[in-house]
Amino acid sequence: MAEAGKILSPPAGRQKERPDQRLSVIGTRMLRKEDPRFLIGRGRFIDDISLPNMAHAAVLRSPHAHARIKSINKSAALALPGVVAVITGEDAAKETGPLPCFANPPVEQRCIALGKVRHVGEPVVLVVADSRYIAEDAIGLITVEYDPLPAVSDMMDAISSRGDAVLHPERGPDNVAEHRNYTFGPVEQEFAQAAHVIKRRLRWARSGGQPIETAGAVTSFDEGSGKFTIYVNGSMYNYIGFTIAAALKVASHHVNLVPMDAGGSFGSKLFLHKVAVLSAVGARAAGRPVKYIEDRIDNITACDNHGSDRIYDVELAVDASHRMTALRYKVVDDYGAYFQYGLGTHGNGFSQTVGPYKIRAVGAEIYAVFTNKCQQGACRGFGSEVTNFMIERIVDAAVDELGLDPIAFRRDNFIQPDEFPYQIPTGNLYDSGNYPGALDMALQMLDYDGWREKQQLARTQGRYVGIGVASCQEKSVFSATEFWMLNRVPGFALTSSPESASVKIDATGKAVISLHAPCWGNSPETVAAMVLAEQLTMDPADISVTYSDTDHGLPGTGPGGSRYTVMITGAVAGACMIIKEKLKRIAGHMLEAGPHDLEFRGGKIGVKGASGLEVSIAEVATQAHFFRLSLPDDPDLTSGLDANYTYDHPLATLPKSDSDFGIFYPIMGHMCHMPVVEVDAKTGQVSFLDYVAVHDCGTMINPMTVDGHVRGGTAQGIGTALLEQFQYDKNGQLLQTSLQDYLMPRIGNLPPQVRIGHLVTPSPYTEYGVKGAGEGGRMVAPPALACAIEDALRPLGVRLDTLPVTPTRLRALIREAEAKKGAVR
Amino acid sequence: MSELEVNATVNGRAFRRRIEPRLLLSDFIRHEIGLTGTHVGCENGVCGACTVLLDGLATRACCTLAVQADGRNIETVESLGRLNNLSPLQRGFWEKHGLQCGYCTPGMLMLMTELLRENPNADRETIRTRLNDNICRCTGYEDIVSSVERAVELMRTERAAP
Repeated sequence: MAEAGKILSPPAGRQKERPDQRLSVIGTRMLRKEDPRFLIGRGRFIDDISLPNMAHAAVLRSPHAHARIKSINKSAALALPGVVAVITGEDAAKETGPLPCFANPPVEQRCIALGKVRHVGEPVVLVVADSRYIAEDAIGLITVEYDPLPAVSDMMDAISSRGDAVLHPERGPDNVAEHRNYTFGPVEQEFAQAAHVIKRRLRWARSGGQPIETAGAVTSFDEGSGKFTIYVNGSMYNYIGFTIAAALKVASHHVNLVPMDAGGSFGSKLFLHKVAVLSAVGARAAGRPVKYIEDRIDNITACDNHGSDRIYDVELAVDASHRMTALRYKVVDDYGAYFQYGLGTHGNGFSQTVGPYKIRAVGAEIYAVFTNKCQQGACRGFGSEVTNFMIERIVDAAVDELGLDPIAFRRDNFIQPDEFPYQIPTGNLYDSGNYPGALDMALQMLDYDGWREKQQLARTQGRYVGIGVASCQEKSVFSATEFWMLNRVPGFALTSSPESASVKIDATGKAVISLHAPCWGNSPETVAAMVLAEQLTMDPADISVTYSDTDHGLPGTGPGGSRYTVMITGAVAGACMIIKEKLKRIAGHMLEAGPHDLEFRGGKIGVKGASGLEVSIAEVATQAHFFRLSLPDDPDLTSGLDANYTYDHPLATLPKSDSDFGIFYPIMGHMCHMPVVEVDAKTGQVSFLDYVAVHDCGTMINPMTVDGHVRGGTAQGIGTALLEQFQYDKNGQLLQTSLQDYLMPRIGNLPPQVRIGHLVTPSPYTEYGVKGAGEGGRMVAPPALACAIEDALRPLGVRLDTLPVTPTRLRALIREAEAKKGAVR
Repeated sequence: MSELEVNATVNGRAFRRRIEPRLLLSDFIRHEIGLTGTHVGCENGVCGACTVLLDGLATRACCTLAVQADGRNIETVESLGRLNNLSPLQRGFWEKHGLQCGYCTPGMLMLMTELLRENPNADRETIRTRLNDNICRCTGYEDIVSSVERAVELMRTERAAP
């Protein structure tokens, strides 16, 4: 069992580059290297790939939530001129196995449904034709006879459903995918001793990343070599890409996955196995390259990227001096029809399940259920955004019920700056932090007291102005080791989550960095170039960045879990250190000086304290590449100037038991958001009067792009809180199948300005002390807004337990509150 | 399906193509002309990633038939500045971090090109109002507003230059 508190003998770190050194490139607002190509319309996105003789695929999708497929008549489609192949689930299954699944026991999912459809939008037939237009024409000519089965739409019904309503009968007699009980610390004891127990039922609705670019793949199959080349806009291809080969039933070296610029992901492209396999199945059948690009309906209904969909019953134990001691919850999570990441989104939450507070024990009962809906995938926060919402809502409930001050209650329960590294009850470690510091910065930036006064005045005018606060964790750099304790049956219990970089300096002194995971809209090229420029004192303009395919790829886990910046910083720095040794050795030979007397300065290597005695990196590079015989006769001193470096997770430990997961997500960022909103009680419309966002992601490589992530993430969090929702009706029909119905924030829905503050508490474990910052805003804005709206409506006594707070929902709550008040009068 | 001839000017060059009447303008630009800078997002006119200028007016290329462009003038992102000679608008986006993944960017640039032709001195509020037409999922828009504001400034400097 993991005992919460400061760790007295902290694990040794492997940090080589200290955060407190003087830096010249890292920390500057360098303009992004990625931007010029995007600005002239020369990004390289998946639909920009065009291969000779390429055919196009479209997918016939299930109109039923749950049905047996009785028959498929494809003759009319096949007869249409221009149609190349019409592939059913049975056809595909002859050569193709199930799609990858990270739950154990796995849940079988096919790229094209086999025998049964389990959600609206599930692929039923893949058509390949000379053009996408003809492929879609052909889809209209296919007749499918279905035998409908009972549809399970309500997650509570899922627990009790039996018989034909069971989606995966081979897995058990009901629709419970997993039911697990986790106890971290003395939960029962703390609740027995509690002075107060605060309870709430909370509802977090299903939303999704919905990047503007959908998922897609272009595959060519070379019969001569038996090799598939798959261009795809997914991530993790150098990590678990081999599972795509497994689904195609070919050896892994017979699949080369080529990365593309991704037009946004927000988790949704974490691992795009479905489009990759569909296009490969098409290419194998057609004997031609095949492009399959999802349209928006494909993406919304079946890209497997809907986010968490949960009902929580939460209890918080508080002692007589108003210290939070324990948290206990039962959660039902509607995973939809399949279970690709298993309980991963709950394991993720365990990394920061006590928030920034000194809560000593946590009990979690998790029901993961199957329903006839699109399966869950990753969505910015990977479940931890819901954990944050749950914690901050129950904290606000305690504030409310016990008549406390929302600021003081948080402050009094914070883990203190001198208590790091701090172990939380689940076994995870918080590496560093300064939570009171972030809170103070936010209070000051907002002029909190000033706003309280303005709020009082507004109330006298009959206006509903509210001030919200949320203090949340932003875990970064996942290790994936928590999956050991999430599967009922031990699965593929891996302990590696590395990232690699290859650095080559050519004979003229220009550098090329190869990364082994793709560009997701973050700034990996900028980050990699800045780290190299810092290490070698080179001009960033002399550095370019490329992305390896799997044939040339080194271990790379990919963006996701706010890890990419931290990890490529470590990888590029590691590669640079190797190159620096060689540069110094050759330069030393040229300058007749010992390597220890040399330093890097302004793109040159010079003798310390002797300003004229130096050679440029370009001069040394020329020697290294072309003048081997001028160099010392050492067999280890080979020609060229290049290095590969694989940077492993900076701090993870083996899991110990299902009550102690070990260290699995320790690079802990923090954020404090304070929105000020006004609610129009007549329309239920929420508008913004101010918004302060304080973030601490340690050392910032580029504060400009961190700001961008904070603003963008906050906008998404506002969308989650106020607008976005995928709703299925009782028959399992999805009500939002286009961006006309699925409302994402436009500029008019957002605060005119998000005022950003940065606190810098560097990590003692990562190179330069960097922490991840990719998911932050969406992980804090929802509870901050719930708090602000509730605060605005305090005179009416409205309680907010459900997101999103749409105008309709808010009006219903206001009406209810007014009716209650009327009844009291 | 019978084909029709379309004659259109794209970024100042005349193109003649025989196409199916159902071909969308977005597909025409991307796949017939080969200019892939124009992107397709939602395919029903909501997001604006496919925005191009048709006779100077911001138009959703995904909801327009290519035959509707017959005899007309199309401008896409490729008509703006080039890599070593970015236009003030592109320069503004670069300097003020007006893009992240870059997918909605061409549509944003064309929408703002229309605005700045109408009103080269557009202020923040005017920019915000027009920006409400398109969706960006990455930036939260604030930096896009600053980017366009910066472009206004750069254009003003350019005009003042002898």
